[in-house]
Amino acid sequence: MARTRVQMPTEAKKGELVRIRAIAAHQMETGFRNNERGASIPRDIITAFRCTYNGVEVFRADLFPATAANPLIEFTTLATESGTLRFEWSGDNGFSAADSASITVV
Amino acid sequence: MRVLLLVLLGCLAADGAAQERKSGYEFMTPPLRAMQDDDFANPGMFAVQDGEALWKSEGCGACHAAATMKGVAARYPAVKDGRLLNLEQRINACRKAGPWPYESKELLAMTAFIANESRGMPITVSRDAKWLEEGKKLYSRREGQINLSCAQCHDERAGQKLGGSVIPQAHPTGYPIYRLEWQGMGSLQRRLRNCMSGLRAEPYAYGSEELVALEYYLMSRASGMKLETPAVRP
Ligand code: HEC
Ligand code: HEC
Repeated sequence: MARTRVQMPTEAKKGELVRIRAIAAHQMETGFRNNERGASIPRDIITAFRCTYNGVEVFRADLFPATAANPLIEFTTLATESGTLRFEWSGDNGFSAADSASITVV
Repeated sequence: MRVLLLVLLGCLAADGAAQERKSGYEFMTPPLRAMQDDDFANPGMFAVQDGEALWKSEGCGACHAAATMKGVAARYPAVKDGRLLNLEQRINACRKAGPWPYESKELLAMTAFIANESRGMPITVSRDAKWLEEGKKLYSRREGQINLSCAQCHDERAGQKLGGSVIPQAHPTGYPIYRLEWQGMGSLQRRLRNCMSGLRAEPYAYGSEELVALEYYLMSRASGMKLETPAVRP
C-alpha cells in the first residue's frame, strides 16, 4: 500500500514562488543490511520523483540507497497559470504512487 | 524550630538534586523538534493513520468508539486483577484473532493511533505500591558488564553526553516513537531493551513483567507530563 502526501497552497499570485512539500511512506531498504539470520535484505528503495505542472516537468529527483526512510522532498516552482500539479514516485519492485493537486493562479 | 529548619533544608536539598523534569523533546536539536511538531513531516503520523485504518478493519469500534480512547494511553500501564498490563497488552487482550507480535507494524500502528488520541494530555498512571517498588528496584539496580543502573545515567547524568548523544531524563512521553536511528517506529520496550544492550546486559524479553514494571515506574515518574505520541527521537 503506497502512501504519499503533498502540501502546497491552493491559490497563488501569478509569478509568485510556490513552496511544495511531498512525502512518501517508504522504508528505503538500502540493500546493505542483513537480517537476524545473516542473510542480506534485498534493496527496496524509491528511485525517482517527478513533478509536472499542467503536463510540463518542473522538478525531478533521483533517490539513492543513502536516502533516509520516508523521504520528504521540498522545492519551489513559479505560479504561471491555474491548473494541476502531478507528483509521481517510482522505485524498486514496481513501486509507484501519484498524487495531484490543483492551484488557482490569480 | 531548629529541627523544623533542618527538615526543611533536607527537603530543599532533595529537591535540588532532582533536576527540573524535561521530556526528551527538550534535549533535541531545533530541526528534530520541528520534524516532530509538523504532522506533515513527522513520519510517525503514517503509523497513526495505519492504526486508524486498522481500528476500522479490525472492528474495534463495534464495542467502543474511537473517541473513548482519549486519555487511555495516559494511564497505562494499569493494574488489573493484580497484574500489570501495558497498552500493547491491553490492545492484544481485545484482539479476537490473537495477539499481534511485539514490534509488528500492526501493533505499533494501533498503539500509535490510540496514544495519539491522548496527545497533549497529562500522564496519570495509578500508584500501585507493589509495582512501583518493583519498577524502581529494576531502575536503580546495576546491570550488565558495564555495571550501571538506569538511574546512574538518567537521574545522575541527564543532560550530559554519552558519545554523541545527550542523555535524556528517560521520560516515556512519546511512545511509540519514530526513531531516526531505527529508521522506523518502535515501542517503549524496544527503547528500554536498547539501553540494556548498551549496558551489555541481557535485555528482558518483550512483554516480560520486568519491562512492564519499568514502563510503569517511568510513567509514574513522568506523572503530569504531556504525551507527545508520535514523538521523533534521534
Ligand atoms: C550509559 C547510560 C545509560 C544507561 C545506563 C541507560 N540509558 Fe537510557 N538512554 C541513554 C541515552 C544516551 C539515551 C538517548 C539515546 C539517543 O538520543 O539516541 C537513552 C534513552 C532512553 C529513553 C528514551 C527517552 C525518550 O526521550 O524517549 C528511555 C525511556 C530510557 N533511556 C530508559 C532507560 C532505562 C529504563 C534504563 C535502565 C534499564 C536505561 N535507560 C539505561 C543512556 C543510558
Ligand atoms: C467484543 C467487544 C470488543 C472489541 C471488538 C474490542 N474491544 Fe477493546 N474493550 C472491550 C471492553 C469490554 C473493554 C473494557 C474492559 C475493562 O474495562 O476491563 C475494552 C477495553 C479496551 C481498551 C482499554 C480501555 C481503557 O479505558 O482502559 C483498549 C485500549 C481497547 N479496548 C482496544 C481495543 C482495540 C484496539 C480493539 C480492536 C483490535 C478492541 N479494543 C476491540 C471490548 C472490546
